[in-house]
Amino acid sequence: MTTSTVHAPTPAVELAGITKRFPGVVANDAVDLRVAEGEIHAVVGENGAGKSTLMKILYGMQAADEGTMTVGGSEVRFSSPSEAIDAGIGMVHQHFMLADQLTVLENVVLGAEPTRRGTIDRAAARRDLEDLGRSYGLDLDPDDHVETLEVGERQRVEIIKVLYRGARVLILDEPTAVLVPQEVEELFRNLRELKARGHTIIFIDHKLEEVLAIADTITVLRQGRTVATVDPSEVTAHQLAELMVGSDLPTPSTEPRADDDHVTLAIRGLSIPAAEGRPALDGIDLEVRRGEIVGVAGVEGNGQGVLVEAILGLREATGGDIALDGESISGWPVRRRREAGLGYVPEDRHRRGLLLDAPLWENAMLGHQTTAPYARGPWIDRRGARDATTDIVADFDVRTPGIDTTARALSGGNQQKLVIGREMAAGPRMLIAAHPTRGIDVGAQAAVWADLRTARADGLAVLLVSADLEELIGLADRLLVMLRGRIVAELDPATTTPMQLGGHMTGASGDGDPS
Amino acid sequence: MNLRRLVLALAAPVGAFAFSVGLSSLVLLAVGTSPMEAWTEMLSYGTRLETFVETGNRATQLYLAGVAVAIGFRMNLFNIGVEGQYVLAALLAAAAGAAVDLPPVLHVALIMAVAMAVGSAFAGVAGYLKVARGVHEVISTIMLNAIALAMVGFLLRSWLLDETDTTLNMKTPEIPPSGRFPQINGIVETFTREIGRGRELWGFLLVAIVVGVLFHVFLNRTRAGYDLRATGINPFAAEASGVDPSATVVRAMLLSGAVAGLIGLPEILGDAHKYDLGFTRGLGFAGIAVALVGRNHPGGVAVAAVLFGWLDSAAPILDVVGDTPREIVSILQGVVVLSAVVAYEVVNRIRRAAEARDAAAASGARAPA
Repeated sequence: MTTSTVHAPTPAVELAGITKRFPGVVANDAVDLRVAEGEIHAVVGENGAGKSTLMKILYGMQAADEGTMTVGGSEVRFSSPSEAIDAGIGMVHQHFMLADQLTVLENVVLGAEPTRRGTIDRAAARRDLEDLGRSYGLDLDPDDHVETLEVGERQRVEIIKVLYRGARVLILDEPTAVLVPQEVEELFRNLRELKARGHTIIFIDHKLEEVLAIADTITVLRQGRTVATVDPSEVTAHQLAELMVGSDLPTPSTEPRADDDHVTLAIRGLSIPAAEGRPALDGIDLEVRRGEIVGVAGVEGNGQGVLVEAILGLREATGGDIALDGESISGWPVRRRREAGLGYVPEDRHRRGLLLDAPLWENAMLGHQTTAPYARGPWIDRRGARDATTDIVADFDVRTPGIDTTARALSGGNQQKLVIGREMAAGPRMLIAAHPTRGIDVGAQAAVWADLRTARADGLAVLLVSADLEELIGLADRLLVMLRGRIVAELDPATTTPMQLGGHMTGASGDGDPS
Repeated sequence: MNLRRLVLALAAPVGAFAFSVGLSSLVLLAVGTSPMEAWTEMLSYGTRLETFVETGNRATQLYLAGVAVAIGFRMNLFNIGVEGQYVLAALLAAAAGAAVDLPPVLHVALIMAVAMAVGSAFAGVAGYLKVARGVHEVISTIMLNAIALAMVGFLLRSWLLDETDTTLNMKTPEIPPSGRFPQINGIVETFTREIGRGRELWGFLLVAIVVGVLFHVFLNRTRAGYDLRATGINPFAAEASGVDPSATVVRAMLLSGAVAGLIGLPEILGDAHKYDLGFTRGLGFAGIAVALVGRNHPGGVAVAAVLFGWLDSAAPILDVVGDTPREIVSILQGVVVLSAVVAYEVVNRIRRAAEARDAAAASGARAPA
């Protein structure tokens, strides 16, 4: 027996005080992460909590503004992934980076080919690959073309690729997001095998049940900060959900709602068949009344995004009906729905909400480009559009040098205020707001909440999809929970705690729950 | 603010051109000729009135080609098929023009309509394939180029051949005088001396100017133009805003093809009055370069078309005087394209960074205490 077992073991990876700022957002704010040698360490947090940024820093894809990184006891500073790889850190990306037309063997050695007298030594590569596969129980045929593989098998190729480059520390970015349950089991078996052979695994996830099943230690991030490092045997999924969401945010709240039975949006039996790996919609029924905010909760990817796109007309439903003020809009194209008064605050403003390289006034008219004051007949009304934009900028406190500034130059919070402002200014009947406060600072968040409250008081019907449980409980008049493409619970926010909501979201609840 | 914008906008093309001249000079030095002599020759030949007339004619065609390509580029559609579209359109329009006899203005209008319809229809095939079958337009338009040129070869040799012609030149029958576009030497000559015999400034230049104005108005003042630009900047956001992606693709291809159809007409209507083996090819590909250098902007494309047109028109002197290979002009044009694209990106980054600083300052200045 050596004496080294007596000492506190050196952590495999230690991040201390990591800070990373992007214009308008602090993605990581003095984050600490200490990963022991040979453990499976889960990093959990909501989208936008800073998990991915932290891992990109550890893997050398981005440089931290402040803080130190220690790998195996010595301080490091990576300026590219290849330096991280040299230090024994490997990353399995959520979106696989494989060449479909090449074989498993070719993919594994790609970029790190063993050579003999200037040519690729295929025999050696094959030998190494087979050794790796055998010793880790990663079952793969080196000669299969990657395009013929299942998703789970492709992930194994990615893992072998990382091992082949000599990684001792493996970062897996939401590895279960693309897998079906059986494949998740298989992955977990592989991870335990890796751990048994002394590898250290950092596992990013937000599916709490999975995290509790596999991790030895869990670090929780929220809004760019480390909020806790816990032992999975000592926490429940509920407690973890509370840690992720937090309870120290400025609480959004609304007045009780006036009685108004007019149904603005009615959805009956809306169904969309399951696409690859993702739950779609399965017989959704919901109503939103005038002056009502209906909150939709759910773990990311349980159909909320699909529901929003279906209401908007971006996705075709195979069954059921959507009606706006009693009139069926199911067969209408997006434009007609928008013109009929359907407002939309997209989940990802950069992707669905803005023309980043266009000036603000052209962004203000996006989605309303066929109606006054932005258009007159087939013509763009430049004067009208510019005046309207000036009003939006003033009324919604969009901080910008002017309306000719390109949208890209603004901070996330100001971009979001512009998006909310243009939707509100158009006087919609129904607003679909998906994660309206995601990734924006607390001040902008409060402004967005105030806007939603005002609009509700004026009789606007709002469907609010959010991952922020406080926001849902605080703003919504009614709460719906989505799980695997279905609405599984309807809750009264007045009597619901984030803990209970979290339980419904993961499907872990229902037993002895007071609601 | 606006001054900064102007300086930045001009810095890129001017810088790119200066860099290109410098690099081409080095090439000339490397092959052992004097760059000074070559540029002096080109400048003195290129500033003659007759060369300017040539430049105007060439630029007319290059501008139409550049606009045709730019319409596609504006929504991230790469219409590489302008080449095939304009050659086929020119042949069919010339044949149609010779087959009928109409009053003067109508006759020209018919020829233009045929050319635009043919270019549009041929480009529409690529649009349809993209929307209905998911075929990338670069692939389909390249293939369609080959088909168009093969069709031109076949048609010119068979059904559209002027059989009364006894020379070896294969051509379509001549378009009667009512179907010709007048030259506009007179307009220039009111300001200058008389243009040397045999040089004519094609009146189609005026059509190209109208096309440019319409392009500008369409892009910036109409809803359809806004939809097209929005799709080019962010197709996902455009779709969520109510733009029908498929319809916009087809519309842009039809429009691009219609303008492409006009490219060959200045030559057919103003000079040749027929389609024959001497018809100028390659303008469709040149149009890609012109659109790139002109940043797909109606005015920018015009400047690029004049620059390229002038280089093409001034280059032949190099064959006559001195021992500079005239291919140096092709090198110069190529380098201009590459360095302009790089320069625009650099300027773009500078502009973005400056804007982000201004926006941050504005955000701080009005922030509540």
